[in-house]
Amino acid sequence: MTTDNHNKNAGDSILEKPISRRDILRLAGVGGAGLLLGASGVGAIFGAKGTTVSGAAKSSDKADRVEFFGKHQAGITTPAQDFLMFAAFDLTTGSVDEVRKLFKAWTEASAAMAKGDMIGENNENLNLPPSDTGEAAGLHPSRTTITFGVGPTFFDSRFGLSSKRPAALVDLPPFGGDELREEWSGGDIGVQVNANDMQIAFHAIRNLARIARGKAVLRWTQEGFQRTGGADPTGATPRNLMGFKDGTGNPDTKNDALMNDVVWAQSGDGTPWMAGGSYMVVRRIRIRVEVWDRSTLGDQEATFGRHRQSGAPIGSSNEFDPVDLSKKDEKGKPLIPVHSHVALARGDGSIKILRRSYSYSSGMDNRTGQFDAGLLFICYNRDARKQFIPMQQKLGQNDVLNEYIVHNGSAVFACFPGVREGGYIGDTLL
Amino acid sequence: MKIKLAAIALASAVVFAGCGSNNNEPDNVKEASTNPEQSASKVENWDEITGQYRDFALDQTDKLVAETDKFVQAVNSGDVETAKKLYAPTRMYYERIEPIAEALGDLDPNIDARENDVEEKDWRGFHRIEQALWVSNTTAGAEDYASQLLDDTKTLRALIETVEVEPSLLVTGAVELLNEVSSSKVTGEEERYSHTDLYDFAANVEGAKKIYELLQAELKKQDADLEAQIGTGFSNLEQALADYKSGDGYVSYLDLKEEDTKKLSQLLDALAEPLSQMGTILGA
Repeated sequence: MTTDNHNKNAGDSILEKPISRRDILRLAGVGGAGLLLGASGVGAIFGAKGTTVSGAAKSSDKADRVEFFGKHQAGITTPAQDFLMFAAFDLTTGSVDEVRKLFKAWTEASAAMAKGDMIGENNENLNLPPSDTGEAAGLHPSRTTITFGVGPTFFDSRFGLSSKRPAALVDLPPFGGDELREEWSGGDIGVQVNANDMQIAFHAIRNLARIARGKAVLRWTQEGFQRTGGADPTGATPRNLMGFKDGTGNPDTKNDALMNDVVWAQSGDGTPWMAGGSYMVVRRIRIRVEVWDRSTLGDQEATFGRHRQSGAPIGSSNEFDPVDLSKKDEKGKPLIPVHSHVALARGDGSIKILRRSYSYSSGMDNRTGQFDAGLLFICYNRDARKQFIPMQQKLGQNDVLNEYIVHNGSAVFACFPGVREGGYIGDTLL
Repeated sequence: MKIKLAAIALASAVVFAGCGSNNNEPDNVKEASTNPEQSASKVENWDEITGQYRDFALDQTDKLVAETDKFVQAVNSGDVETAKKLYAPTRMYYERIEPIAEALGDLDPNIDARENDVEEKDWRGFHRIEQALWVSNTTAGAEDYASQLLDDTKTLRALIETVEVEPSLLVTGAVELLNEVSSSKVTGEEERYSHTDLYDFAANVEGAKKIYELLQAELKKQDADLEAQIGTGFSNLEQALADYKSGDGYVSYLDLKEEDTKKLSQLLDALAEPLSQMGTILGA
């Protein structure tokens, strides 16, 4: 699950910060080309500076806060926070006016939550249920971002919007290895909440669901986590539940031109209301951890095409060393197996996506007594038809990783462009 | 003797905390009821409204006593089939006014406790007889419980006569009725042996609707949007519930699939959320 789209851009902001020994080692690894860091790596460093490590009673509000309003929605190129709460909703109302009302109410609540404020006016009236459910009261904003998108079913006949459906918002084709389950798939609306605090993330979805009552219902949800900024103040690439570094090859989110190329839909792409938005693909990928855990280290590394400890491509010594698929061993066999994850995902390096995945653990599968744990894979695309879909078609058919994973949930959403203050989510469409 | 319900609600909340009643949110009643001075500031004709509700509660308990009498006769004459037939429809009169009964001390556990809600030696009421009828398929041994039940419903009737209904009880009571559905009826936990949960479901909703109708005009004046949302919520839920009608009653809970209960539960939440805002007419 480590895609390998090389980032050629130095993280400028990193240079302004104290650099640890490990950072220097990494810099050395890429030589003069610059520092390569996944989005989440950068985020962890910010987190460490801003809140996570400081632990002080009053952290700077600014460092702890991500603006809700802006040109693009927050939560996409925003450095990945510690936690995820994802929710897909289905609309129960058939009225587009009601949908608009819902989006306005969600906008207001989301802007408040991003600031760490209470939702609504009625939080003191003894005769009413409080308008904010209260479990985040007094907590720092914790870099909360709330990102909204609409799925293909939003454009069916209910709201008269079928002509507005972006051509790029395709139903995903079946992929090899899919075992998709209705209970973790689809949705009229997708909401990704991230925060450096799980309680705050849950609070956000809970309150959005409450506000939606009578208009929309939860379809499925998934919580996610990664190692926190506190546990890794250096912000090294996080590891997935298979123990491997995940996100090494993410494109540099500070590179605007690259983001316009890889992430943001452009006005000339055919759907003007999506200009500045992005297409989100969500895949609930269960990892067969019991099976993985009895595989030899050699098999594990051959599966990913990387060394577990360093994250370096097989045959190299540093995480950010280039992936050279032409390297052969003494018998003339490729050092990096051709059906390894990194070889297939990287391909010729021309297809890039922005990954923002989180590990999940949803207790136990009662049919087997095994863990239901894995990865909630989330990626952003300017056009998934040219990015995620061809990439996954290759992976689904050939990836040796498929022996250890199964895709059991899937959804795709057109995430709106950013909201300007005074506007509301989806106002370019509705 | 007039009993102030506010005081009773407070006392009974304490009683219930110890007996594991299925009332999940006694605090609602308690808190709102302890602030009666603050209440009613925005509504002029409260006395009329609460009076109408009192009449409704009296009417329901009158019918409860009459129907329980028939049910008890069937049990005492050993007529299992008739007793089974009368069981669920009889209970509906109780379920419509449950929040009031719950505020009246021990009566609710005596009438409506499920197995393990109370100590075995104290367990009596509808569900004790339900167990005999459906699990043992007999009325034998249930006669004493039946006679006790009739006495308890008569006591309830007498007590309700003396109750002064506070506005806040109406407002929270409506939500509580739906919470009852949410916590035990839609999950099939209320009628463990007879699986007649949908009767209780429907009755709770009807009880909540009665309160809404009494407050509707006032609500419309103060928050027309909210009034409309609640109205839509009721009609959506009633429509869905109608799909499960069977003859004069409802299908067995066992006939419901997961998607049925999920749909009903979501419609219930969609109604209960705006309904919980009815307190807005009480003022701050």
